[in-house]
Amino acid sequence: MKSDYSTPLDVDAIRADFPILHQEVRPGVPLVYLDNAASSQKPLAVIETISDYYSRYNANVHRGIHKLSEAATDAYESARRRIQAFINAASFREIIFTRNTTESINLVAQSWGRSNLEPGDLIVSTEMEHHSNIVPWQMLAGQTGAVLKFVPIAEGGILDLDVYHQLLEEGPKLVTFTEMSNVMGTIPPAREMIEAAHAVGAVVHVDGAQSVPHMPVDVQALDADFLSFSSHKMCGPTGVGVLYGKREILEAMPPFLGGGDMIKRVELGQSQWNDLPYKFEAGTPAIGEVIGLGAAVDYLGAIGMDKVHQHEQAVTKYALDRLSEVGGVRVLGPEDVSIKGGAVAMVLDCAHPHDVAQVLDHHGIATRAGHHCAMPLHQHCNVVASTRASFYLYNTFEEVDRLIDGLYKVKELFAR
Amino acid sequence: MDDLYREIILDHYQNPRKKGKLEPADIDYAEDNPVCGDHIHLTLQIDENDVVKAVGWEGEGCAISQASASMLYETLVSKSLDEIRTIGKDDVLEMLGIPLSPVRLKCALLSLKVLKAGAYGLTAWPGEEED
Ligand SMILES: Cc1ncc(COP(=O)(O)O)c(C=O)c1O
Repeated sequence: MKSDYSTPLDVDAIRADFPILHQEVRPGVPLVYLDNAASSQKPLAVIETISDYYSRYNANVHRGIHKLSEAATDAYESARRRIQAFINAASFREIIFTRNTTESINLVAQSWGRSNLEPGDLIVSTEMEHHSNIVPWQMLAGQTGAVLKFVPIAEGGILDLDVYHQLLEEGPKLVTFTEMSNVMGTIPPAREMIEAAHAVGAVVHVDGAQSVPHMPVDVQALDADFLSFSSHKMCGPTGVGVLYGKREILEAMPPFLGGGDMIKRVELGQSQWNDLPYKFEAGTPAIGEVIGLGAAVDYLGAIGMDKVHQHEQAVTKYALDRLSEVGGVRVLGPEDVSIKGGAVAMVLDCAHPHDVAQVLDHHGIATRAGHHCAMPLHQHCNVVASTRASFYLYNTFEEVDRLIDGLYKVKELFAR
Repeated sequence: MDDLYREIILDHYQNPRKKGKLEPADIDYAEDNPVCGDHIHLTLQIDENDVVKAVGWEGEGCAISQASASMLYETLVSKSLDEIRTIGKDDVLEMLGIPLSPVRLKCALLSLKVLKAGAYGLTAWPGEEED
């Protein structure tokens, strides 16, 4: 059966790169890590890069005239250029380091939003978003008097594009949406949506927290004005995120945070902002983590994001097919893996999502239960919570089998 | 697994006791566990001596939260409000008799939180009153 599902990856070789995967959660129960949409595991190359930084050349960047500081600055700026290449940005000045996706989105809302929006201006988001692509816009609407409207989710867990186009006719100033749902895996037609938004003069922010780790993303082909993503979901360390922005838009924006590094010159009365990207990088950045993210994009780039995506499609397809055998399982969102990434949220007839996750955990299978920071999405689906399995490049078909076995155990326990 | 989902917990989850809403009620209080979406709505009738005359509750959520409500609320009839004040976190955990991770602790204690908030306005999570 599994032979019907082929992967372009040598998964055994990949798994050998991830030390954490080779453990038993209890004697005789090997770990099956299926919580990748929350945070991914890290390959040895990333762990060693960070350890090497702290062991050999840890120093602050950009200001020291000494050997260690120069080495740290070189590594930090080299990482920026490799990340630039990874998403095909036109300039290194368009890559701004933040703490995570959430901070990147808040940067856009507070800097671009507060200086460009007026009372009554329209912001368009969607019902499918992570809270981090909803709440900063609610805050911005409260601060500016702008109005926030949402594209609803249609049948089959996809965005209602008819309503999207109707909202565009109202002339929004900003459109923001996720390129891959962290709950249902839905991959909306981002390119077409961006083109249509541009046609009515809107600026577009794309939440790439799930897409950048799992599929090829080319910001120039996409023509996104802003793209946000997090290192920790793409084999890199926690504590660093990226905001990509088109240079001319970033140039016109005021700084987000004030402090050291983001200025050229400070007088007591006023200051002159630094050039991009430093204007948006106030204070000492997460140097070791940025360098670690550089190693992560090297790692993913060497494997090839198209292959990572194909592998996840194969594993997801296998999971969906096997889930349909179990019975009493409702999968949220699309079932067509050409528009679905490797996030499979489900609800069982017989047991609450938390109980499902708890029983799975007992069998060594790490999933996530709850609303996954997407309460509006769950309200749309008429459920309070779901259990989510989410895959990455190191997950195997056998691990899907373990998940299915675990679900049968849940049914045995609860469906009595 | 037999530890976490003991027979008695599955039994109370699948056949909850004292289900149903009392009308009128002297105490009527509902709360959610925002992390999980567990929900418990408790109604009590109290006599002139401050003793519980009747109990009814509704709710939805995971097995731990619902079994805990069923087991705890089943014991309330003919207890005085003063006696209810003395019920603590440890009493509920002992009644459940299972090991719980910090996240699941909230599921287990929602029933007691609702009882205490409804009976005398205590809003802290049981065990966190001093924080
Ligand atoms: C689609 C999406 N957007 C945003 C975020 C927020 O990411 P972070 O917590 O790293 O800021 C997540 C993380 O779960 C996500 O999946």
